[in-house]
Amino acid sequence: MAARDYYSRGQNLVYNRPVLAIFAVIGVFLVFDIFRQLGTGTIAVTDLVSYLWNGLVLGMSLGLAGVGLSMTYSILNFANFAHGDLITSGAFAGWATAFLIAGLGEFSIESLILIGGPIAVGSNELGINVVNTPLALLAGLLVAAVLTAALSLLLDRIVFKPMRSADGVTLMIASVGVALFLRNFLTYSFLTDSRGLTGGNVPQFTIAGVTFGGHQITLVVVAALLMLGTHILLQYTKIGTAMRAMAANKDLAKVTGIPTERVVKLTWIIGGGLTGCAGFLIALQQGTLTVTMGWDLLLLVFAAVILGGVGSIYGAMVGGVILGIASRLALVWIPASFLLVAAFVIMIVMLLVRPSGLFSGRTTA
Amino acid sequence: MSTGSLQTWAEGWLGNNDVRLLIALALAIGGLYALFSVVLGFQLNGTVNTLRRVAFLSAIYAMLALALNLQWGYAGLFNLGAAGFMAIGVYTMGILTAPVTASPPGFGLPLPVAIVGAILVTGIVGGLAALPAIRLRADYLAIVTVAFSEIVRLTLRAPEFANTRIAGVAFGTGGATGLSLPSNPIRILFYTDPAATAPAPNALGAAIFSAVEPLGIEQTLVIGWAYVVALCLCLGLLYWLMIRIGKSPFGRVLKSIREDQQVTQALGKDTRLFKIKTFALGCALMGLIAILWRLSGGYASPRMFKPIQTFYIFIALFIGGTGSPTGSIVGGALFASLLFEGPSFIRRVVAEYLQLSNAPDTLVGALAELGTLDITPLLAYSVQDVSISALRLMLLGIVLVYLMQRHPDGLLGHRKAIASSVALSQQATREDDNE
Repeated sequence: MAARDYYSRGQNLVYNRPVLAIFAVIGVFLVFDIFRQLGTGTIAVTDLVSYLWNGLVLGMSLGLAGVGLSMTYSILNFANFAHGDLITSGAFAGWATAFLIAGLGEFSIESLILIGGPIAVGSNELGINVVNTPLALLAGLLVAAVLTAALSLLLDRIVFKPMRSADGVTLMIASVGVALFLRNFLTYSFLTDSRGLTGGNVPQFTIAGVTFGGHQITLVVVAALLMLGTHILLQYTKIGTAMRAMAANKDLAKVTGIPTERVVKLTWIIGGGLTGCAGFLIALQQGTLTVTMGWDLLLLVFAAVILGGVGSIYGAMVGGVILGIASRLALVWIPASFLLVAAFVIMIVMLLVRPSGLFSGRTTA
Repeated sequence: MSTGSLQTWAEGWLGNNDVRLLIALALAIGGLYALFSVVLGFQLNGTVNTLRRVAFLSAIYAMLALALNLQWGYAGLFNLGAAGFMAIGVYTMGILTAPVTASPPGFGLPLPVAIVGAILVTGIVGGLAALPAIRLRADYLAIVTVAFSEIVRLTLRAPEFANTRIAGVAFGTGGATGLSLPSNPIRILFYTDPAATAPAPNALGAAIFSAVEPLGIEQTLVIGWAYVVALCLCLGLLYWLMIRIGKSPFGRVLKSIREDQQVTQALGKDTRLFKIKTFALGCALMGLIAILWRLSGGYASPRMFKPIQTFYIFIALFIGGTGSPTGSIVGGALFASLLFEGPSFIRRVVAEYLQLSNAPDTLVGALAELGTLDITPLLAYSVQDVSISALRLMLLGIVLVYLMQRHPDGLLGHRKAIASSVALSQQATREDDNE
């Protein structure tokens, strides 16, 4: 009985969703191929574990960066292309603070704040890492969150609030303008390509040949805590309920007496804060800061959010982790220069097969 | 409001004649640049070269905006992957024309054959990309197409395809270093053997070169201007084609899809097929225009096809106003001359006039002097290579936000080509204007 049931379901799938069936077959084949390659020794177990670990780290970065994007996408109904540059802004603000606290007294304020400037202090002179200077990093994380939230509010006030009634495409194009402005304002202010951040001996653990970096672990743990906090906030507080109501039906929420403008503000504050944290942590894990770091991540973050389902916080987290692991695992078959290509292909396939995402229908929960 | 009254005045004066409007615009932009150059005493050769650059970019962006307008302004397809299709066109042409013995090798085909091949390839790829993509919402379509253009760029940049051999055929994209393209085809007009390193001019070339040499104008500049003239002819042809398409039954279906897809379907039109055709045609045109763009430089690299390239075209399109071919040309010309080339020209003016001392190292250093009301350090800081290009892009960002907030229809958007063949109601369009 059960076997026939599965058979008919399979038949349904092939007839009704042929594209999905094809991708499912390819997916199953790839999983088997990994085991085959493990069996024949083409890839070592340690390689596979380190792909999985690096994929998890990338996935948590994308997930944390994606929560804010997902929230604004579902509540304001537009794809915010400036989100990547909010990530960068958070990283710049947070790291300026971390440098300032770690090096105050020893170096001039100007040379510390201008993280990227030609007279800036080198990263090895400060030796910032999670063991040497935990307080500087904590302060940096907080400032990154606060300033990015403030920046989001400011941008909303100047750019997006006057066009609340505009359609999604118009808002999206305006956000491209914001992205251009933010990124180049940072370039203009800091005149830099890239900058080293961390120094000293960063602790790391090697278990059975796989290296787990101290900053990678920091990112995963802090990101997980922040996402848990966001979940509690949205699930168990009044403001969370209001946000979910607005994401589900804006007009109905307004009629019910939910102060929609205040909810929008809070969305920017929470989303912006998380985005700033994400920027700071990603820069910590990468050990370098570039003006284009957020923009380069943006499409991947979009991919994570779409994969999980726009508006779903769990979706952003799960989508990020799946995408991170899948794109790193892809290294089993493809060269490293196609890593991003693999991630984008996953996103496009997802949009074609199931545009509502894995967690479809659950908005902001 | 002042722009509105200016518009009415200008339109009354130009008598609603689009060609006269475009010529007036070209003269105004050229005159502005020439005036500044003369007042500042720049060399004639340099001035003529600046004008050539502005005219060249204006023509290219006007054409690209026209092609994008076909997709977005007529059919409502939001293609944020224009740069990717441009790259496909240029690289197909480059690989088809590269000599078999070159590194990376190509197919050694003559240029006209290669251009036709590139247009076909771009059109087919565009059609295939549209096949699944057009089902998507506009914002998802935007994300998918920008991801597609990044996939194209990353693939062209990948070392694996820089110099490769597939099924026994050796070819290559040149990877991150780029690909050399054939020399400028317009040189045939002036030289007996244009492929030679120091070619001898033919009768026409000799006559023109000797005429302009006393004025200090170099041969390369004459060739550059000849290319611009050829581009303007292409632009005119494309403009005519767009107006024809807009007035044809095909174009009317496109505009009705833009207005209301369900009604169009109810009238028995296969909107899917129309969208795929339009997408493919627009992409093929972008491939061709990108070839015209890069042929003058003789070189292409993946860096030229970043998403910012697509945003440039969109800014040009939005300045002019979507849905109006004349608007696309106006937008392309204004974007290229004022926003794209303007800042570097202003920078030359500032450098010429102010005899700036050494630029401060940091923005803090530049701002410190502001207390004493001395703005020269800030100016010196701002006209450096990095900061002037950053300022230009900041300006583009502000323009984009301003346009979306105040004039989402652009300068000539009120003249959006209407879906019906006759104006149904003048009153209704007036009301739209006031929104």
